[in-house]
Amino acid sequence: MIQIENLTKQYGSTTVVDRVSLCVERNSIAVIVGTSGSGKSTLLRMINRLVEPTSGRVLLDGADTRSEPAHLLRRRIGYAIQGHGLFPHRTVAENVATVPRLLGWPEDRIRARVSELLGIFQLDPALYAGAFPHQLSGGQQQRVGVARALAAEPGVLLMDEPFGALDPIIRAKAQEDLLAIQRRFGTTVVLVTHDMDEAFRLGHRVAVMSQGRVLQFDRPSVLLTQPADPFVARMTGISDRALRLLALTTAGEAAVPGSSAGPRVSASASLREVLSELLWSGATSATVLGEDGSARGQLDVAAILARGRP
Amino acid sequence: MSGTNLLRWTTLGLLLAFLIFPGRFAPVFAPLTHYGAPPIYDQGNLLMLALAQLGTVCCAAAASTLVAVGLGILVTRPAGAQFLPLSRTLVNIGQTFPPVAVLAVAVPLVGFGEKPTLIALFAYGLLPIFENTIAGLRSCPPTVLEAASGTGMSGRERLRLIELPLALPLILEGIRLSLVINVGTATIGSTVAAKGLGEVIIAGLLSSNTAFILQGGLVTGLMAVLLYDGLATLERRVSRAVPLD
Repeated sequence: MIQIENLTKQYGSTTVVDRVSLCVERNSIAVIVGTSGSGKSTLLRMINRLVEPTSGRVLLDGADTRSEPAHLLRRRIGYAIQGHGLFPHRTVAENVATVPRLLGWPEDRIRARVSELLGIFQLDPALYAGAFPHQLSGGQQQRVGVARALAAEPGVLLMDEPFGALDPIIRAKAQEDLLAIQRRFGTTVVLVTHDMDEAFRLGHRVAVMSQGRVLQFDRPSVLLTQPADPFVARMTGISDRALRLLALTTAGEAAVPGSSAGPRVSASASLREVLSELLWSGATSATVLGEDGSARGQLDVAAILARGRP
Repeated sequence: MSGTNLLRWTTLGLLLAFLIFPGRFAPVFAPLTHYGAPPIYDQGNLLMLALAQLGTVCCAAAASTLVAVGLGILVTRPAGAQFLPLSRTLVNIGQTFPPVAVLAVAVPLVGFGEKPTLIALFAYGLLPIFENTIAGLRSCPPTVLEAASGTGMSGRERLRLIELPLALPLILEGIRLSLVINVGTATIGSTVAAKGLGEVIIAGLLSSNTAFILQGGLVTGLMAVLLYDGLATLERRVSRAVPLD
């Protein structure tokens, strides 16, 4: 659990982060979203003390982060950034092994962990362990960056616009991977982005930041239906907030017993996707299929529309 | 074997052959002498003189490297940034003060022999290494440095594991420039009785023996060319391991 208490950062007379307090539950993903210059990156970097706070404190599982030297603290916290920041003179395996080496893990444990991680990130160790970063594609470099951040099994992973440099298709894949990995390791993730769709897609809770302050920190559906501030409403998008709300629920969650002659949709599809499918096919209801391909129920337009209202 | 390689090994072979069996080359140099003067330098062993000169240059370069890289690291740290103008001035003086003048100043202080030459070459060789060290350390991409700190490297670990390896090709280039300049400059050491090929050139000038002058000059020149080439090859090896994207 990460408790941020009254955290402030000032550079001279400018206040970049202004008395921010929030609490990130263990095993959850918190997304900090805001325009550029809102202080979101500074807030993130104060968690692992790449930026030292002017005042306030951060507690990691109850312990003040200032109770140990900053570089030792950072070895316990994963950190992934936009543009990956891989070390160009080190191979993929050496990059991933960075923190375990700093921690002095035995060589065979490091080797096992590196192969495990490369496997999880769909990078065949035989092909990629000895490759240099410049030999990889952008998506692969980004995956190595995240693998390096997770190498020493940190309880907390901080990510600063990690997918910012990726094209939309690879970005969607990287987001899915992150969700899968977060579920697998139970890592507590704090991610910074300026992309509201990304925030809603990944975040269990989303903090909206503006001018150094956190305006609201809550579940995506609450941000949409009960914005605490006009700026939050603007950020979350007034014109398409109903569609965004639909995107937060899956067909499986909304399905009711019964059957339909309409198109067949997967239970993991969002209601937004189901609605789009119905519009396209001209049908008024759809059959929801489970992962095994059997019918799990049906959804009609009225039921979908009802979920797009607060 | 490629053309470059062939040229490289032929040059090295020729130089070694001349240094080990200078007598065999007498017919080549004989046309340059008059009145039966010796065509090959006979007042000392050419191989020993060449090695002595190389030794002096390498010692001076080692000292220059230690000081220049050390200073370069110091002034690129936040705590040492204020020393940059001062260091740069000192290193520039070392380069602009003529080595002959350094010899003239150093001899009364440390006496004749190798010492004044070492001091002159040391001062003369600082600049390229110093400037290249700074350029190399400053060329590290900021995201890489941020990632290094983010993974939990201390300042010292970051310098040793990330910054110096990334700066290495440029630092080596500085050392190469410094070495090559000083192989030639070292010949002036013979004016203050340091062992070296300058002795051969001075002997030629004193006795109007063009063959001697040419021998001293050629051996010095070939050593410089081969050193330049060898170090450039080493740099390319290192650069391949440090791809700069």
